[in-house]
Amino acid sequence: MIGCYTLFKKEMARFGKVWFQTVLSPIVTAMLYLMVFSQVLEGRVEVFDGISYTEFLIPGLLMMTVIQNAFANSSSSLIQSKTLGNLLFILVAPISTFQIFLAYTAAAVARGLIVGLGVLLIALLYVKVPVYNFGIILLFAISSSAVLGALGIIAGIWADKFDQMAAFQNFIIVPLSFLSGVFYSIHSLTGIWQTLSHFNPFLYMIDGFRYGFFGTSDVPVETSFTVVLVALFVLSAISYRIIDTGYKLRQ
Amino acid sequence: MTIPAVCIKALRKNFGSVQALKGIDLEIEQGEFFGLLGPNGAGKSTLINALAGLTRPTSGSLQVMGHNVITNYLEARRRLGVVPQEVVFDPFFSVREALIFQSGYFGLTKNDLWVDELLDTLKLTDKADANMRALSGGMKRRVLIAQALVHKPPVVVLDEPTAGVDVELRKSLWRFVRKLHESGHTIVLTTHYLEEAEALCDRIGIIDHGELITLESKQELMRRGLGQKLTVSSNSSLPPVPVELQGKIVNSSEFQLELRLHREQDSVISILDQLRAANFKIDDIGVATDSLEDIFVQLTGEKAQ
Repeated sequence: MIGCYTLFKKEMARFGKVWFQTVLSPIVTAMLYLMVFSQVLEGRVEVFDGISYTEFLIPGLLMMTVIQNAFANSSSSLIQSKTLGNLLFILVAPISTFQIFLAYTAAAVARGLIVGLGVLLIALLYVKVPVYNFGIILLFAISSSAVLGALGIIAGIWADKFDQMAAFQNFIIVPLSFLSGVFYSIHSLTGIWQTLSHFNPFLYMIDGFRYGFFGTSDVPVETSFTVVLVALFVLSAISYRIIDTGYKLRQ
Repeated sequence: MTIPAVCIKALRKNFGSVQALKGIDLEIEQGEFFGLLGPNGAGKSTLINALAGLTRPTSGSLQVMGHNVITNYLEARRRLGVVPQEVVFDPFFSVREALIFQSGYFGLTKNDLWVDELLDTLKLTDKADANMRALSGGMKRRVLIAQALVHKPPVVVLDEPTAGVDVELRKSLWRFVRKLHESGHTIVLTTHYLEEAEALCDRIGIIDHGELITLESKQELMRRGLGQKLTVSSNSSLPPVPVELQGKIVNSSEFQLELRLHREQDSVISILDQLRAANFKIDDIGVATDSLEDIFVQLTGEKAQ
């Protein structure tokens, strides 16, 4: 396990060395969203009973930041290492497939949580958010960032060019996270849009996470957790498999 | 009987319809200094990559110190250090960080003493805390060697370590690799310089178009009469070549004569004396050491591509 732990530490050190870009920048972006949306929409959009729009917005923004950063960590690290050729140092080392998977996913979770914590601390200066069940908050934060960490591994290995990675990020990750109920309750959507929203796995991550703050949600929290666990299992299995077969890693 | 350091059996590797390796059988004993020669694209790196687990063989088996590189890859990799041909590095880290991380990948947590020794031996101590990006090409190459040795592997593979390297660094790398060999490491060196293989290796395998076309000790290879070519030019017409030298003629024209010399038996000076005694008015001479291409010409009977 020393090899796995070292790879995890290396991944942490990698994003730590460029913390302006990997930690500070997403925190600033999330705060800008918070300030603009809460200013414009506070009192105009109805969400949950007894909960202000700004309070509602904070967990959504937090989770969006957590999952986007978890994805960015494993995907960008892998595509960079592949492009620069230094992935070789890991590929020739006695680190098992599971250990490689675990190290990249754990580092993705860690970055997601660190950035999320940063957003939370600054948001708390802005508005006080209730905490209904901290365990649920943490459970959704960890499991959801692990899902995106595993997806990042798949994308990082699959993409041959930074261009493909940007497409993955801009056409899949960002739209799915924006349309997952970060800025609105899906009950405010009508007909087909509400139905379609239920096919978006990010909805369940954000909704379950929000339940941890307010004790109320659009979807039953058990359903949300089941969806997140299924996504975690499926994406972990795919990501394990592609590392194990050496797809695009070992010729 | 000791386990061979490297054991390769019926190794084939296809890239689509291209057969990069066509059934290689090779055994390298522990403590050997083995040279794998071949022109670019012959299959040397594919073979090395298969050994390191970077390429999955189409069929056949590879073992490092008795451990299969696919089915028992963790054990095989612990015993192998690979210096890649391309200069690759992680731009996020310093030299020391790169070596400490590499040690960790091999399960070593307290490796600072050995890392310091490696830095010292490879003359990198001054640059230990410099970012990898700030290093010259030669220094980066030395870091790659250090990275391959952090876990003190019994088998060390160097894939064209001196390609594109200046003479001074080449000589210092040779000294270092010789020292490694003397301290008990099995060395596998790929190169396309005959001179390099000759200077360092005990046994040489020549690979061409994915096939091992010869596998001999250095002495056996040299006994084939490979050596040098002497070219003699004159501004006036050359007289007939003395009878005793006629067997050595490779090419002759009115103003130029090319002779093949045996590396150990012939002396350039005495041949020139013989030519002058036969009234050759020599205006220019050239001596060229046989290249790998010449070996191919002799071994395969056809000009290497």
